[in-house]
Amino acid sequence: MLTANTALLREDDDDNLVDIRDYVAGQENKGLLRFLTCGSVDDGKSTLIGRLLFDTKLIFEDQLAALESDSKKHGTAGDEIDFALLVDGLEAEREQGITIDVAYRFFSTPRRKFIVADTPGHEQYTRNMATGASTADVAIVLVDARQGILPQTRRHSMIASLLGIRHIVLAVNKIDLVAFDEAVFERIAAEYRAFAEDLGFDTIRPIPMSARYGDNVIRSSGKTPWYEGPSLLEHLETVDIEAEADGKPFRFPVQYVSRPNLDFRGFSGTVAAGRIGVGERVAVAKSGKQTRIRRIVTQDGDLETAAEGQAVTLLLEDEVELSRGNLLVTPEARPHVADQFSATLVWFDEKPLLPGRSISCVPRPTRFRRR
Amino acid sequence: MPAVLTHLDRLEAEAIHIFREVAATFSKPVMLYSVGKDSSVLMHLAMKAFYPAKPPFPFLHVDTTWKFREMIAFRDRMAKEKGFDLLVHVNEEGVREGINPFDHGSNTHTHVMKTVALRQALDKYDFDAAFGGARRDEEKSRAKERIFSFRSAGHGWDPKNQRPEMWKIYNTRVAQGESIRVFPLSNWTEQDIWQYILQENIPIVPLYLAAKRPVVDRGGMTIMVDDDRMRLQPGEKVEERMVRFRTLGCYPLTGAIPSTAASLEEIVGEMLTARTSERQGRLIDRDEAGSMEKKKREGYF
Repeated sequence: MLTANTALLREDDDDNLVDIRDYVAGQENKGLLRFLTCGSVDDGKSTLIGRLLFDTKLIFEDQLAALESDSKKHGTAGDEIDFALLVDGLEAEREQGITIDVAYRFFSTPRRKFIVADTPGHEQYTRNMATGASTADVAIVLVDARQGILPQTRRHSMIASLLGIRHIVLAVNKIDLVAFDEAVFERIAAEYRAFAEDLGFDTIRPIPMSARYGDNVIRSSGKTPWYEGPSLLEHLETVDIEAEADGKPFRFPVQYVSRPNLDFRGFSGTVAAGRIGVGERVAVAKSGKQTRIRRIVTQDGDLETAAEGQAVTLLLEDEVELSRGNLLVTPEARPHVADQFSATLVWFDEKPLLPGRSISCVPRPTRFRRR
Repeated sequence: MPAVLTHLDRLEAEAIHIFREVAATFSKPVMLYSVGKDSSVLMHLAMKAFYPAKPPFPFLHVDTTWKFREMIAFRDRMAKEKGFDLLVHVNEEGVREGINPFDHGSNTHTHVMKTVALRQALDKYDFDAAFGGARRDEEKSRAKERIFSFRSAGHGWDPKNQRPEMWKIYNTRVAQGESIRVFPLSNWTEQDIWQYILQENIPIVPLYLAAKRPVVDRGGMTIMVDDDRMRLQPGEKVEERMVRFRTLGCYPLTGAIPSTAASLEEIVGEMLTARTSERQGRLIDRDEAGSMEKKKREGYF
């Protein structure tokens, strides 16, 4: 019988309540990995996520009952459960049997928490794929073993690279339909590596897979004895995604100026990079004006330091010209201020980019490509 | 604060960031306050985001007049204690027509008293951004929605044409009459909500905790008899049973679960072995497949 979350809590019931706070603390310290599935239409992205959730026993009973009745109505897997219907949540998607927009699903194993973005394969919905990719640490690029690498496989890989994703899983899916042939797998893996050479990924992990039947999804399959690598889930649980956070210069985009009374002028925002402490010197990015941090305010009490990812309110020693759109930064490493730049654009609109047209810029990136 | 942020620290920081972004870029935001556990967390985060100031927007409760009495008492107590500006809106036309969940069914009742009422309130005050406590893990059409979810002048959601939403950059541009629904809890799961309530000691409506309550079994659900408007059908018997609620809404449409979890710790413990999703307790989601999406296209939260 399927039970959600029981894998997380299997000690004898009597002791549970005493340990809840300990358990919660343990949950809190688990790392989070965000990944997306992408690739061409019909390569099995939604099916793979459905399979992952099903095999890790994270589908609730009422959801499973709904899935079974949906599979009879809209399913494309014959009499079997169509896992894609777990994530294809929009009516239009279920009617057409395609994915239109990105769906987010949440699951956890004893080792990690996961947020997965299931993204559409159709070219016209590429902007939705990019939306899902922008917050991901790892991209699972699915390839149909019968089709090999398609234009959309390349396009999605390029976008993943541009958006700063450093880790790729090349899921050579539907390996059952090519009789679990090692040669097919090796050929596709080699072709992908050659293509991706210039995309700057840190790791590329090819895995032969059948999302529909679960081969190499959460555990290694006996049908691919020639494959010695990890299953998909083992890889996702262990892939090292820690970026070198240390030593980055302090960057604090001012988001909101808080003035509840005449004595309080706080600059609210989220630390985008680096760290800062009370008494330390900071500079206003645009003017170069320097001051020091007087207080780091939160409702839970003042902090001594604040680091990347924390949402705080900073009070400064001196009155300086500073508002939304500006940054507080380390004086020793001020960013370059320029009114011209060159960039690679991913163009989302159906109408083409016209030179000379004015464009609004929202220059508040929260992550950068490393190179 | 530890050097390494925990999972809840990150979720909290993300929500605070979203609150501030809206306050900085919209002219008339509002927070939709439904009095449930997610709203309680949302209110707590709104307080944190603007501390030491008060949140720079009012809280709006769309009252269907069929909420549990304890919810209304809790709402009024919170408004007083936290000192926020509480607006309550009731669809008076619906009241005059006597719309209720018994005669008109959950669909019509919800549409008139919730969806239409919400549209009325947003139009009346001219709000251009509305925070809500919806989470992506709740339901499959919610799983598809952006954090900043664009609504047409008629409040409709067009799921086939959502705006791109890259990194933490949110598109805050709307034309006259259009608006954005904002979901700071998008990336939270039900488990995160309870663990955060436990960690932060956030007050919640006592209905979430198990107690002896008068209930009847109806249509596979356990419905609490909250006042004398509850009409009993032949053969139905009111019994006192230990129950609690995983979600709260209109009492005739909200199913209780048998439970002895009378403390937050016990609720979290119970959650970990739950075998059904929380929305199973909501009659309105079960009316038909895709019913949440349909409601959202009509302007429901």
